[in-house]
Amino acid sequence: MKTIRVKIDGIETEAEDRTPVLSIAQKLGIKIPTLCHHPLLEPYGVCRICTVEVRSGRRVRMVTACNYPATDGIDVLTNSPRVRRDRKLILEWIMARCGHVKVIEDLAAEYGITEPRFGRGDDDCILCGLCVRVCSDIVGANVLGFVDRGSKREVSTAYGETSEKCIACGACAYVCPTGAIQIENDAALVRQALPLGPFTPIHIPFMQAVPHQPVIDRESCIYFKTGGCKVCEKVCEVHAIDHSQQDTYEEVEVGAVVLSTGFRQFDAAKVPEYGYGVYSNVMTGLEFERMNSASGPTGGQIVTSEGITPKSVGIIHCVGSRDERNHKYCSRVCCMYALKFAHLIKEKTGADVYNFYIDMRCFGKGYEEFYHRLLEEEVRFIRGRAASVTDFPFNETEVGKLIVRVEDTLIGQVRRIPVDMVILANGLEPTEDARDIARTFNISCGDSFFTERHPKLAPVSTATDGIFIAGACQGPKDIPDTVAQAGAAASAVQSLVSRGEIEVESATSIVDAEKCAGCRICNTLCSLSAITFDEEQKISVINDVLCKGCGTCAAACPSAAIIARHFTDEQLFSEIEGVLYDVRA
Amino acid sequence: MAKLKLASYWAAACGGCDVAILDVHEKILDIAAAADIVFWPIATDFKYSDVEAMPDADIDVTLFHGAIRNSENEHLARLLRAKSKILVAFGSCAHIGGIPGLANLFSREDILKRVYLETPSTVNPEKITPDPRTAVPEGEITIPVFHDAVRPLNQVVEVDYYVPGCPPTPAQIWNVVQAIVSGQLPEKGSVVGASEKTQCDECTRKKQEKKISGFKRIATVQPDPDTCFLEQGFLCMGPVTRGGCDTRCQLSGVGCRGCYGPPPGVLDQGAKALSAITSVIESKEEADVQRIVDQIPDVLRSFNRFAIPASLITRKVL
Amino acid sequence: MTFEPKIVGILCNWCSYTGADLAGTSRIKYAPNVRVVRVMCSGRVDPTFVLKAFADGADGVLVAGCHPGDCHYIEGNYKTIRRIALLKKMLADYGIEPQRFRLEWVSAGEGDRWAQVVNSITEDVRKLGPAKIREFSASTLRAAGARSHKTA
Repeated sequence: MKTIRVKIDGIETEAEDRTPVLSIAQKLGIKIPTLCHHPLLEPYGVCRICTVEVRSGRRVRMVTACNYPATDGIDVLTNSPRVRRDRKLILEWIMARCGHVKVIEDLAAEYGITEPRFGRGDDDCILCGLCVRVCSDIVGANVLGFVDRGSKREVSTAYGETSEKCIACGACAYVCPTGAIQIENDAALVRQALPLGPFTPIHIPFMQAVPHQPVIDRESCIYFKTGGCKVCEKVCEVHAIDHSQQDTYEEVEVGAVVLSTGFRQFDAAKVPEYGYGVYSNVMTGLEFERMNSASGPTGGQIVTSEGITPKSVGIIHCVGSRDERNHKYCSRVCCMYALKFAHLIKEKTGADVYNFYIDMRCFGKGYEEFYHRLLEEEVRFIRGRAASVTDFPFNETEVGKLIVRVEDTLIGQVRRIPVDMVILANGLEPTEDARDIARTFNISCGDSFFTERHPKLAPVSTATDGIFIAGACQGPKDIPDTVAQAGAAASAVQSLVSRGEIEVESATSIVDAEKCAGCRICNTLCSLSAITFDEEQKISVINDVLCKGCGTCAAACPSAAIIARHFTDEQLFSEIEGVLYDVRA
Repeated sequence: MAKLKLASYWAAACGGCDVAILDVHEKILDIAAAADIVFWPIATDFKYSDVEAMPDADIDVTLFHGAIRNSENEHLARLLRAKSKILVAFGSCAHIGGIPGLANLFSREDILKRVYLETPSTVNPEKITPDPRTAVPEGEITIPVFHDAVRPLNQVVEVDYYVPGCPPTPAQIWNVVQAIVSGQLPEKGSVVGASEKTQCDECTRKKQEKKISGFKRIATVQPDPDTCFLEQGFLCMGPVTRGGCDTRCQLSGVGCRGCYGPPPGVLDQGAKALSAITSVIESKEEADVQRIVDQIPDVLRSFNRFAIPASLITRKVL
Repeated sequence: MTFEPKIVGILCNWCSYTGADLAGTSRIKYAPNVRVVRVMCSGRVDPTFVLKAFADGADGVLVAGCHPGDCHYIEGNYKTIRRIALLKKMLADYGIEPQRFRLEWVSAGEGDRWAQVVNSITEDVRKLGPAKIREFSASTLRAAGARSHKTA
């Protein structure tokens, strides 16, 4: 790697031998116009607009900077009068073919061309070849190529027919400097609109993603379709991208597990009278949260589905919660987030806000005070469970609105409140797989959230030693409480881990070898696999550490050879006799 | 050495225990050499009055077989207890009730009606059923009173030893006799002539992990002679039955029926058999489990054929 | 005086016993007729216990465990299902009315349900009257060894 010395526009610099002059100039911050050049493609040198003057000794040459290899001692002028004159001519020739392309016209204006001498052509393709090169060198689809010669030369697909090999990656349209290539919406090729908006195959899922790092979508990534591209890998300076990564399944042996599997939103469609999924301006709490987010689809603006700012908004509390038909429990967080929405809407839009509530549950620090603030902000609070949301107008003022029908219990009247938008404060419920998770970890969940060992004294432990629960999976709760539980669970695990010894169940079962006849009936009864058969002694044996003392084997043993410590037959017979003391008297 | 005084009596019995004693074959001569038989209704002509005339505890060993069904059985049980130093409950009936014990699933009235009135071959136009006292011109005829239930010997008198089996095997009988003659008997109340472990200990069939997916009747399918009966779906009470009989039934191609009674520590042979065998049914669905257990038409008689009178609940509740 | 049934309840520690506890801490009022014996798992329940309870004079017996699939020891209660299915047939053979014996699943959070179950079995057994099983128990007969049975 030989280092050479070059001078560009009077600036002396060093570079590697045979580096294209354009690269050296770009490193110095010197601008040279290009049309057919792309940093990731091999230089083509076809548009000639990057022409510069190179002096070497006494020789002067006009060369294209993008592919002229620098040699030691050259002196380059990138903006001399001769260069400018030559570039002007080149532009006029280009305009003779593509006379109405904006990017060319802008360049032409820079070089003082008002009326090109050779007229203005009507083509929009300057034959720069970027599309061809990107499709073959980077994407690897090889769909485009130059066909014919001379004035008839053009870019085309094979035989001019729609190519089956085109993967609609859009790279050709992306690199085309003139906009001559458009992507057409062929229905067969359009991807489904994704909930969080369109994105490139490598992308950070959303602004709040944790970890906040890009992921590659295998379905749309070009590399996985053609074996080409990998542009992301080429531009990543820390070499963090590896297309060959595969999902791996790892087995980790642990002594304790903290389950914090969260919650699922109550499906507001289960309360059909509120019109969720029917009216486009009825949305759930989380949907409103997304709209309100500055990194969301509307940039944080609160708008109806028609795109206009609402003048009135209704927020219905207790959707799916405190409900005989759905969940009897209170979801704990909804009143506060509904109040937050009320405040945000008032602040951002000044709209009339109506909160339809049963009770206002503001249990935390500063929560009640926040509610009072809203009263002062003139948010309207109507105490009554909303009966329905309808778009059927009774009079002109209701046309085009969503009407919330509710009994206002404080004044004892049924009311119709027309609003532009309805937000349903839907509640929390256990995740769909809560039951499966509970079975996998051998904890109980009833038909609801995971069961804690004791509602007051052991909220993060479960009946199974070593398995802890934290957060919404244990019951609906807000962030401060979740964080507190998470800390509690972590410290419970720490105290287990740091103890250095473990307490083993004492009420385990044992086989009396003198009595065991080797019938093997017990062998399949242990769900913890604590029973094995000793082929030599022809008796069954119980592993004392694995045994948790359920006693199922003891109940089955036909030789009465298994002693279930602390729950022996004799002890249980005595208990039965004992509780029937008044009969046997 | 003076000869032992030996007695053998049959109460509600079939006579099989007596046959079993004779099945020691030529060893009977050794028994005759060691003991004088002072009372043996099937083989000798001694009368009850002979026994009543004996001093108390005069008989060294009485082998009492048969269950206590009526007042005569009970009377002899008490009589022989008084007249014997050692009273042995010999055979399943005396030990745990035996086959006569199955009568405990019926009431006394039902039994008498069935036997004397309903059976197809009975001709009894006057519908006479046994009466303990009947007046006849010559005076009054008495017959023993038919009890409500069958009882094993130890529910009537104190029993010194138990020899289980229906009948006990001749080999074991010989062992017991030798023990008696040599004075090498264990503590009173023990079971002798049998193993302390269950049948599975002696059974030569191959045992794997038990999984039952259904029950079959022994007559319907040819059983594999080398595999455990339960694993093939045939009922076998072997796991819950005392060993000592050389697994004679299993070797003959049928599952054990439980005649040697429960092993030590098991209070109720039927309940334990039920627990052991159903535990390994391979199903977790209630409906499927029900279908499988419904394949057993007669639960109590299959799982507790011999020991009902000696179980926790001794008879059907009336 | 109304007949007060004496019912022996054999409850598993983790679900039904805790559920019964919850009924207590929730101050639910319910019939006092079930006398509880605790085992770690309903799989510990040997049918012998049920027969013993009846033989010792219980008018009714209740076995309670975790709902299938939720057993603290994973599969103990499946064995209970299998045993009880056949035990019920044996009890019928013994002439014991089916309403005197029940297998119920009560979870740790079902205090209400525990109370309902107890009230329900108590009423069922009350309607049947006292059980006569004890008269025929082996212990009664052995104790009465000196006495003769009823005769004609």
